[in-house]
Amino acid sequence: MSELLQFLFSGLTVGAVYALVALGFTIIYNASDVVNFAQGEFVMLGGMITWFAYQAGLPLPLAALVAILATAALGVTLNKLAIEPARGAPVVSLIIITIGASVFIQGAAQQVFDKQIHSFPAFSGDTPLRVLEATIQPQSLWVIGGALVVFVGLWLFFTRTLIGRAVLATSNNRLAAQLVGINTNFVMTLSFALSAGIGALAGVLATPITLTAYNVGIGFALKGFAGAMLGGMGNPKGALVGGFLIGLIEALTAGYLSSTYKEAVAFVVILLVLFFMPQGLFGSKSTERV
Amino acid sequence: MTLLSIEGLGIAFGGIKAVHDVSLKVDPGEIVSIIGPNGAGKTTLFNMISGIYQPDSGCVLLEGEDVTGMAPFRLASRGMSRTFQNLQIFQNMTVLENAIAGFHLQERGAVLADLLHLPSSRRRARAAEAGARALLARVGLERAADREAGSLSYGSLKRLEIARALALRPKVLLLDEPAAGCNAVETEEIDQLIAEVAASGVAILLVEHDMKLVMRISSHVVVLDQGEKIAEGAPAEVSRDPAVIAAYLGSEEAAHADG
Ligand SMILES: Nc1ncnc2c1ncn2[C@@H]1O[C@H](COP(=O)(O)OP(=O)(O)O)[C@@H](O)[C@H]1O
Ligand SMILES: [Mg+2]
Repeated sequence: MSELLQFLFSGLTVGAVYALVALGFTIIYNASDVVNFAQGEFVMLGGMITWFAYQAGLPLPLAALVAILATAALGVTLNKLAIEPARGAPVVSLIIITIGASVFIQGAAQQVFDKQIHSFPAFSGDTPLRVLEATIQPQSLWVIGGALVVFVGLWLFFTRTLIGRAVLATSNNRLAAQLVGINTNFVMTLSFALSAGIGALAGVLATPITLTAYNVGIGFALKGFAGAMLGGMGNPKGALVGGFLIGLIEALTAGYLSSTYKEAVAFVVILLVLFFMPQGLFGSKSTERV
Repeated sequence: MTLLSIEGLGIAFGGIKAVHDVSLKVDPGEIVSIIGPNGAGKTTLFNMISGIYQPDSGCVLLEGEDVTGMAPFRLASRGMSRTFQNLQIFQNMTVLENAIAGFHLQERGAVLADLLHLPSSRRRARAAEAGARALLARVGLERAADREAGSLSYGSLKRLEIARALALRPKVLLLDEPAAGCNAVETEEIDQLIAEVAASGVAILLVEHDMKLVMRISSHVVVLDQGEKIAEGAPAEVSRDPAVIAAYLGSEEAAHADG
């Protein structure tokens, strides 16, 4: 019993990180139909830039803020330099561009930073909290809380604000959105900034637990993608639930089978979803084109 | 000053001139109709005027200002609004939400007020909803307000698109075959609606296949054939023009004879 609880806690913790990555996928996918495989690099940059700025003497919260803003700016640059000029190209080409960008960012990070594994202190210390017969790290609560807060924030943004509704309108029909006066290029810029910022936040929250290095992005991208697919690509609620589920399945697999199978979980889920449930648990955004 | 004036507009696709050297003008309250056989270049002309295609030559002047190739969202804020022959609807939204989307530019306000659900934000949202409902009533869709747009008939979607275009309070309105797919009663209603909108001072550019409708409501008719303007004038004049009869009315009769 206590063993199961322990596995669940660790599953929820990594699951929260995957949920944040999956939400990042969702935002860009909704605005542009592009699956942005550079999403994992945003997580890496969040951790690496924070570590770098913290080393350089900035207080941790300020270092984290710098990392989030710098990564958001990089997301905007990615859109302006690589996605926007290729507008009109088939979506597959755009997706391949994001894979190229991911490789490039990883290489650049290796040059600018280094090849070492890094971390920085947990926000509220390292004393585990006892819950029933298991323990949980205070940092885990930061990660899980972060995912929930971001989800609620996005929900308010998309349902209540005019610009949020403009993003949804753009995802529904780009031309019709332009006709009613929506600047769809700005919508794209905003989506990349939001998505990159959320990815970086995931990196900031997770690094004290998972550690970071220039090459951690791909793993996060794969698992976040699996979560987004499982929940239904383009569906924010699906991204949240899907991300947490991937984390839980992974933790239970590692706990009861073997941690060598853990890395395969995301692959298996992607394949199963593709074969048996292409719409995912919550149904994906339907992309009707008239 | 002319409200909308297009001068020598032309575009070619792969060397084929889809539209060549077309000029026309519309003033507030006028209904200028563009007619011509299928493939004459009417929709392509609309796409150039509304910033969807970049013309190869010529220019578009809105209130005397050169707006050639300006992005559609900017033209929207300058008072140009349009509908599409093949519909551009937010399929996954309700009919009411589609109409509300037309109020995007008028609903602008502080993001923070929206997030906090402040009274100013709720007031803007209520105003947009009331305006949208009024427009739906005007095109006869008030009872469909809560239905998913994708579930409406083609004729209803055409009217929904007109309602959304009107929500922008346009100075100039481009309508591409608004009565296509509508029955006789609906066509009559659209006819009346277009006349009312023009009477309220909006300049209207109309592409329409229903000749009776065109002849009844147009102030001026422009005839395109194979991308070129072959005639223009008052409806009665144009319908007597031998070149027009040969190019358009002739082919229409031939089509009727075939069918
Ligand atoms: N994007 C495009 N690419 C290639 N050809 C086009 C394009 N748009 C229109 N055309 C061509 O331009 C011509 C005029 O078409 P269109 O403007 O749709 O005619 P109409 O609306 O008068 O029926 C047609 O021959 C059509 O094939
Ligand atoms: Mg046409």
